[in-house]
Amino acid sequence: MQILVPVKRVVDYNVKVRVKPDGSGVELDNVKMAINPFCEIAVEEALRIKEKGHATEVVVASIGPAHCQEQLRSALALGADRAILVQTDSTPEPLTVAKLLKALIDREQPGLCILGKQAIDGDNNQTGQMLAALTGWPQATFASEVTLNDDQAQVTREVDGGMQTLSLKLPAIITTDLRLNEPRYAALPNIMKAKRKPLATLTPEELGIPIEHRLTTLKVDPPPQRSAGIMVESVDALLDKLKNEAKVL
Amino acid sequence: MPSLLIADHQNTALVPATRNAATACAALGEETHILIAGHDCTAAAESAAKIAGITKVLIADSPAYAHLLAENTAALIARIGSAYRHILMPATTNGKNILPRAAALLDSSMLSDIIAIKSPDTFKRPIYAGNAIATVQVADERILLSVRATAFDPAAESTTAAPIEPIEAGEDLGISRFEREELSKSDRPELTEARVVISGGRGLQSGENFQLLYDLADKLDAAVGASRAAVDAGYVANDLQVGQTGRIVAPQLYIAVGLSGAIQHLAGMKESKVIVAINKDPEAPIFQVADYGLAADLFQAIPELTTKLP
Repeated sequence: MQILVPVKRVVDYNVKVRVKPDGSGVELDNVKMAINPFCEIAVEEALRIKEKGHATEVVVASIGPAHCQEQLRSALALGADRAILVQTDSTPEPLTVAKLLKALIDREQPGLCILGKQAIDGDNNQTGQMLAALTGWPQATFASEVTLNDDQAQVTREVDGGMQTLSLKLPAIITTDLRLNEPRYAALPNIMKAKRKPLATLTPEELGIPIEHRLTTLKVDPPPQRSAGIMVESVDALLDKLKNEAKVL
Repeated sequence: MPSLLIADHQNTALVPATRNAATACAALGEETHILIAGHDCTAAAESAAKIAGITKVLIADSPAYAHLLAENTAALIARIGSAYRHILMPATTNGKNILPRAAALLDSSMLSDIIAIKSPDTFKRPIYAGNAIATVQVADERILLSVRATAFDPAAESTTAAPIEPIEAGEDLGISRFEREELSKSDRPELTEARVVISGGRGLQSGENFQLLYDLADKLDAAVGASRAAVDAGYVANDLQVGQTGRIVAPQLYIAVGLSGAIQHLAGMKESKVIVAINKDPEAPIFQVADYGLAADLFQAIPELTTKLP
């Protein structure tokens, strides 16, 4: 069985993002980029499933500009077998991303597709669920534990108020939450080896999916700033402020 | 054209965020129909009928919807959704799970976590963990919206009840099955509904030490939350995590104890009305968003605070 893992190139999670003064977006020039952390957890989970003997091949895919090859090479260095880049300079919306991934699934016929639950740039949390709709496959989002047996996946999910466990018939879509696993680091020999692993490039046209734009970002603003507060010297002073100034006690 | 609100509920009761989403529906300026898909869910439908602004309750009662499995529920939304221009659901884990699936089935776009409605086709939503706010215009003929509950007040109770209309349930698609759930039980208020939230971070040093926060919470009728670091260290359960990918809270008073204030944590609590930070490191970033900061050892300050409260 093949596992397909789509990964997204995003601003590194340690970078303090700044809104451009003209409100057209956020500053992306000379900013460190990385694999979206949730996608990295998805790669790790796919590798662990393969290492347990439940899968034969882990294929990583990304959609975006040629630079996304860097993130695909990183995923190959972690242990993925081959990579596919759907190259486009436009920024497809989640529904179009899901359609492109559906076309890849039709070509590759994986038995399982694992994605990050959300990308930390757009914070949409949509693509996995949309892909599940388009394939007609069952979905388990926000996974914190995955067990495969025969043609079933048992997935424990992080939900409001606790945990929920579902059984899915394979093929299926799983999206990862933070506590599913702790991704490994790439060893230097594997980074060298990754350079020789196959990386195919396709275009949206070759997949027969036009890039549509139904959403327009009119502007991007910085969030309202909280006015600077004050430091108090003691618990008594804090209680006094909360009672008499903020009036929340 | 009326808007369709998808209720999040536990069959016997509505999830409160559904009422906040009803306020977002009202802001669209049209009638609102609400869908209760569930099993033995008459009680949820009856409380939905009394939300101000709701003009019709659609109830689909079937074992197929007992646990709001995304496959069955999204198929139902797709079947009835073509008659609506706006389809909304609170951005709870059920909303996040179900709504994008329904959007793709309808070949329609979705906007997640909206925090403001500028017009029927223009919405505001946070991106980059709330470090930027995007204003997005929709050119699609239909739009699905998940609603961040903290950005909208809960809708009022109506004195009259909207009519409840049963609709035909779809079949169980049979590709996914609910096995079990373990929900945390607590006598304290729910994290997202509490007037006061006290969150602990790695500074608490152990799960046992969270008792200090529970003791304080009992005095303030507060909910207890945690930073990702505290959850990852195993001090408390994951559903207490406040932040970009956890729970989003906006209480009247938020007390951050022994947590540094990572961007991802701030994304989940910076809309709180009053923020207090207690941390022994005076350089901790949490002090930059706090209204009142106390640089002190939490193991002395928290018991003192608890004792001095009435």
